[in-house]
Amino acid sequence: MIRMLAIAPLVLALLVPRALAQEAPDALVKRVAEDTLATIRADKDIQAGSYTKIRQVMETKLVPNFDFPRMTALAMGRSWRSATPEQQKQLTDEFRTLLVRTYSGALANYRDNTVDYKPLRMNPGDTEVTVRTEVKRPGQAPVQIDYSMENTADGWKAYDVIVAGVSLVTTYRDEFNDTVKSSGIDGLIKVLENKNRGPAPAPPAAK
Amino acid sequence: MRTRRQGHLRSFAVALAALLLAGCAATPSRVDPFEPFNRAMFSVHEVVDGNVVKPIAEGYVKFVPELVRTGVANFFGNIDDLFIGINNVLEGDGNRAGDDFGRVLLNTTFGLGGIFDLASMMGIEKHNQDFGITFGKWGIEQGPYLFVPLFGPTTVRDGTGTVIRYFLGPVTYIITDVPVRNIVYGVGYANVRSQALETEKVVDTAAIDKYRFIRNAYLRARQAQVYEGKPPPEPEDEGQ
Repeated sequence: MIRMLAIAPLVLALLVPRALAQEAPDALVKRVAEDTLATIRADKDIQAGSYTKIRQVMETKLVPNFDFPRMTALAMGRSWRSATPEQQKQLTDEFRTLLVRTYSGALANYRDNTVDYKPLRMNPGDTEVTVRTEVKRPGQAPVQIDYSMENTADGWKAYDVIVAGVSLVTTYRDEFNDTVKSSGIDGLIKVLENKNRGPAPAPPAAK
Repeated sequence: MRTRRQGHLRSFAVALAALLLAGCAATPSRVDPFEPFNRAMFSVHEVVDGNVVKPIAEGYVKFVPELVRTGVANFFGNIDDLFIGINNVLEGDGNRAGDDFGRVLLNTTFGLGGIFDLASMMGIEKHNQDFGITFGKWGIEQGPYLFVPLFGPTTVRDGTGTVIRYFLGPVTYIITDVPVRNIVYGVGYANVRSQALETEKVVDTAAIDKYRFIRNAYLRARQAQVYEGKPPPEPEDEGQ
């Protein structure tokens, strides 16, 4: 007991700086990606396409590291400013759901992938960085996946994903702009709601 | 009499204005001037693909063991590597071309005709390259977007590249027995289509308008390939 008490300050000293010191953006991406890949590889239910399990992984491991309000604002472009706070909240919620559903359908396919993490170019005090990775797939050319990240009060968060040079946010800007143009912001919210209420994405084909 | 002619003129002017406005409304007409036609082709594709091709591709994934499918993908991938190398030469990238031809040499011999991708196992990376990208690097614009049933999204530039690639073979010249050659083409098509099954599921969930989503994603992806992942920035509109 006494010995335990004696080492307690030491343990605390080790723990406290870890909790206070902010995780670097590249370290964050690596930790989250490796953790997620390890979970997918270890879980037979996920590989079989269990939607509940996949959703759980998405919600607990990936979603907290994204800044959905900023992603939605960027995807909306100019129309974001003309949306009321209530509309902005609805749009953010629906876009978040849409992205989670979309990637839930694809998550199990990453099982055979490995990720290379590129050295981070960052100056002290930078609040926005791009974390570069390269995803290797057996028998195919590697794909560059970059994460645009920003430093928030809540740690580093991703606000865009750029796959092989194509930005996720920009891809959605076309979708959103055209829909807003033809049916307004409420029209876009309706479209997103209807889409998100559709059937859950089918599990991956048997391998 | 006079008023009637004026009436005709006026309705003609209105019709003309409506036509011009309709033309303006169909943005982005610059990249997709044949949008109505392309959308019709897309509908045809969805019906034929959904009822015939996709079930065949799904059956291919379901009934052909993964090991065999990997071998098939490697075999066609090896032929692709040859053309990837040729295009890297055309773009003046000797280093990459060296890797590509090295891959072909290794995989064709020790990889038993390309069935095994030994080169990848040894760390010689596969590249992404085709005639469309080469034309792009030479400064040729995409030209109008086209959606071709059973083939998918392309443009005048990329489609020209695909046609050139098709005529260069070499399956056409190596296999002279027509039924055998047709089987090889059939398996090749099942291979390509089966690889798109998972991506397609993502698009189905992700897209608000599937036609538009595929078009924009295709054009952006091709642009990024021409610029090696660093396309010139589009006008940003942060909205914040």
